Amino acid sequence: MAYSNKVLDHYNNPRNVGSLDKNDPNVGTGMVGAPECGDVMKLQVKVNPETGVIEDAKFKTFGCGSAIASSSLATEWLHGKTVDQALEIKNTDIVNELSLPPVKIHCSVLAEDAIKAAINDYKKKSATKSEAVASSRV
Amino acid sequence: MKLPIYMDNHATTPVDPRVFEAMKPYFMETFGNAASRNHSFGWQAEEAVEKSRKQIADLIGANPKEIVFTSGATESNNLALKGVAEMYAEKGNHIITAATEHKAVLDTCKRLEKRGIRVTYLPVQTNGLVDLQMLQDAITDKTILISVMYANNEIGVLQPIAEIGKLAKSKGVLLHTDATQAVGKVPVNVIKDNIDLASLSAHKMYGPKGVGALYVRRKSPRVQITAQMDGGGHERGMRSGTLNVPGIVGLGEACALCHAGMPEESKRLAYLRDKLRGKLEKELDEVYVNGTTEHRLPNNLNISFAYVEGESLLMGINDIAVSSGSACTSATLEPSYVLKALGAGDDLAHSSIRFGLGRFNTEEEVDYVAAKVIDVVKKLRELSPLYEMAKEGIDLAKVQWTAH
Repeated sequence: MAYSNKVLDHYNNPRNVGSLDKNDPNVGTGMVGAPECGDVMKLQVKVNPETGVIEDAKFKTFGCGSAIASSSLATEWLHGKTVDQALEIKNTDIVNELSLPPVKIHCSVLAEDAIKAAINDYKKKSATKSEAVASSRV
Repeated sequence: MKLPIYMDNHATTPVDPRVFEAMKPYFMETFGNAASRNHSFGWQAEEAVEKSRKQIADLIGANPKEIVFTSGATESNNLALKGVAEMYAEKGNHIITAATEHKAVLDTCKRLEKRGIRVTYLPVQTNGLVDLQMLQDAITDKTILISVMYANNEIGVLQPIAEIGKLAKSKGVLLHTDATQAVGKVPVNVIKDNIDLASLSAHKMYGPKGVGALYVRRKSPRVQITAQMDGGGHERGMRSGTLNVPGIVGLGEACALCHAGMPEESKRLAYLRDKLRGKLEKELDEVYVNGTTEHRLPNNLNISFAYVEGESLLMGINDIAVSSGSACTSATLEPSYVLKALGAGDDLAHSSIRFGLGRFNTEEEVDYVAAKVIDVVKKLRELSPLYEMAKEGIDLAKVQWTAH
């Protein structure tokens, strides 16, 4: 299979590889996929609780080159976006940017799912945090 | 050393220059039809074909009259299975084969099932080998044929064909073996192994593509098969079609070269293969060889690098031609059914690489390949959430994954 130059670039120089502290209340973690399916993506965002802006995003991916490129690209796009803007990222945006062939569309779907999972995890955390603050005031 | 390095010799092999030289005159000078009986063009072509028949027979311990030329091992497998099923339909309707066979056998069996043949697909043990007791238990009075491959094309394991042959003979059942990967690499002897039909192909042993043969036993028992193509009745009525004389000459020469060089070459290949394996295992943790290392082709190394996906690994070693059992590298998006049959788990199938060493690989190439693979696996593990979790002591089997 021939890879697009952008996929090759992300594969050779993946952006934002790494892990954030998943116990940090401002960090949302999304883990999607399964080893037996051949793809697992872990995507994390660190959100400024005052502004709702994503200040940091990291990923680690087990998967083919297109899966690695999709998640690497996702972290690049997440930087500086608000959590609501992040939820607007669609898998088709990733397909277009990386020129993914039809057999690799599932990689972009997985990346979109990973973004959503990470943001939802952050939202859940901040909700329980504000609940905790509210109940401590009573 | 020249890049890219070809290390996918189970897929195909380059034609040996000596084979090519032997073939050359049969395109434009000695171009006759081997079936032409009334002029020298035909006689010369026939003589070349008969020489090849003998070269093949010598390599596998057969009589030249027992060699039927085909277009390759896929056709040989089709002809053997369908030909026997049709010819022996009155005797029985049951065939036994194994789950790890090549698609040319498995899909032929599926076709036969539609025609009313009953097929038993034996599972294999975790080492890739057929369980002889299980095979024996599967035989019924309706069983006409056992078809088990000599060497597996993915994991290179050698099935206990001599034992299977003995068992088949004692039960009065025919034994077919797809010996495509084995012939020319390890000693195959149709007499010692009690083989009744054997498929082989030229392009797996430094011969040309598009030519192969089926060995069909003539004595004790005399095996008969129904032809699957109608035509001029070539090859003693078993396979019609004008013979591919240059291809057949190439196949014969390839067999002769393999025959002459086998003891030394298999030692050399085993040394290179073991060196490659040793280096990978020394520098990387959690690498697993798939299939038994005890009964194995000398040139095969099928190995899984845990927590690294096969296609991404291939991408990183793009100046080395190998193949992977990963779903992403297959047309069906399913991981290797052979590795799945070993019960190793789909995750290890996705992480597998098949190295197939060959006559033209050098030690320098092996050193380069080892270094490159180690480098890329380390890099991809830094990127792998699974590796990170495993290092944290998380049991990946117990994680609730979101399958998609």
